[in-house]
Amino acid sequence: MKENRTTPGELVLRGITFSYIGLLIVLPVLAISFKAFDGGIARLWQEITLPQALFSLKITLILALIITIINVITGTATAWVLVRCEFPLKREVNAIIDLPFAIPTIVTGIMLVALYGPRSFIGMFLQNKFNFEILYNSPGILIALLFVTFPFVVRCVQPVLQEMEKEVEEAAQTMGASPLQVFFKVIIPTLLPSIITGAALSFSRALGEFGSVVIVAGNIPFKTQMAAVYVFGEIESYNVAGATGVSFVLLACSFAVLVLLNFIQYWRRRHEER
Amino acid sequence: MKKGSRILTGLVLAWITLLVLMPLYGMVREVARSGVPVLTGLLSDPTAVRAFMLTFWLTLGSVVINTVFGTMLSFVLVRHSFRGKVFLEGIIDLPFAVSPVIAGFMFIILFGPQGWIGSWFDAQNIKIIYAFPGMLLATLFVTFPFVVREVVPVLREFGIDQEEAAMVLGASRWQTFWKVTLPSIKWGMIYGITLTIARAIGEFGAVIVVSGGIINKTQTATLLIHHKFMDFDFAGACAAAMVLAVISFIILIAMQYIFSKRRI
Repeated sequence: MKENRTTPGELVLRGITFSYIGLLIVLPVLAISFKAFDGGIARLWQEITLPQALFSLKITLILALIITIINVITGTATAWVLVRCEFPLKREVNAIIDLPFAIPTIVTGIMLVALYGPRSFIGMFLQNKFNFEILYNSPGILIALLFVTFPFVVRCVQPVLQEMEKEVEEAAQTMGASPLQVFFKVIIPTLLPSIITGAALSFSRALGEFGSVVIVAGNIPFKTQMAAVYVFGEIESYNVAGATGVSFVLLACSFAVLVLLNFIQYWRRRHEER
Repeated sequence: MKKGSRILTGLVLAWITLLVLMPLYGMVREVARSGVPVLTGLLSDPTAVRAFMLTFWLTLGSVVINTVFGTMLSFVLVRHSFRGKVFLEGIIDLPFAVSPVIAGFMFIILFGPQGWIGSWFDAQNIKIIYAFPGMLLATLFVTFPFVVREVVPVLREFGIDQEEAAMVLGASRWQTFWKVTLPSIKWGMIYGITLTIARAIGEFGAVIVVSGGIINKTQTATLLIHHKFMDFDFAGACAAAMVLAVISFIILIAMQYIFSKRRI
């Protein structure tokens, strides 16, 4: 920066961008937060603890946690294979990883119904043999959530793994560390921040996922009704208070994840500077 | 290759096939089963064409507006120093963390007929919610971070040396921007735009909440798919989903190409 004084041009630019963010992002978030406390905390609590609302929040949190754990394992393994192993069609496989981000969520839902639905081969087979439904049931929701969140951990871990020097591992091995020791003492600590970042992103995405879930889960209260679908139902039936209550809880969770992510980034930067 | 890594590679490839490729195959087979007539029927149905056109206009609007404001904001974030910058950086990612349904709901609260801002527009007889402006706002919200996140790192790396050289040589501010700065952040911008397009085309939750689902008027491509699915027209829903999937596939290939370009 040439000078420390702010020029009028800079001020105008700052004014325009701040107004845009204010109108598009800050004001809407403030509006819903104020709305949540419109009728007092007791009213908000009452809306959140309605059995149906509470159940939708509970199943959403549980399923989001499960897919996050699965994604940590499969995502790290995928990143590892993409960076360290050689196999045919590697470039194409690498491109496919992004497919869930490119495909609209509602299309994901339709694809899963086509594959596992009651009219499909797999759906009919499971129905007839085991009297088991994948769709309109939690396994279906799990598959949908796994699909839409798959790229997060892979894409967070992959660049770190690429930069990580093999020499460090080899040095540890030469000094007599066993492969397991190398894995837990050298590789995991290096990858951990990026794994947590990817996990947090998939968790937060799973909490709010709507498009694929609304198709795959159906809308069965106390069975498959996820929080976002519950909120949608309350909006459709003009129950603003009910929609606001559950929205507020989901927003609070997303905020917590966002703060965690920013903290990791801050910590990483300070760590690198040292 | 060691035996262990071979097994791991096999497992990972199996997982990707099962999770990502199988559903894709399921849909293609479903469309193939119902045959070409469903696809051509969709493309000649005025309601469907109108839905796809609405998605096109929403995407175009989001790309133009968010590219302009996103680039401006990137400049503010990289070049200016002011208090509360860390806070601003945190806010940018907010739309990614918010559920699309809640994003749409926030705009209803704010711009609905009884909302803080909406009541004023309502008095002027301007409709925002259940109309195009509301749907554009919702799409702008969910796609806002993309351009900023791609342009900021490029701009940071580019520095100001070349700009200063151009200024010393007598170029005006505008000349410097168009001839020096813009070409150097071009690929970052294009990558951000591609991500914006992909998200805008596929946005469903935020748009369905603010649209009111008025057929022929506020129905986008994704809403059309939902409507057909709910109407037990699964073949039609699959055909429309297939069209969107093909568009996404083209975007994905473009993304790979642009990403490799950007690294250079």
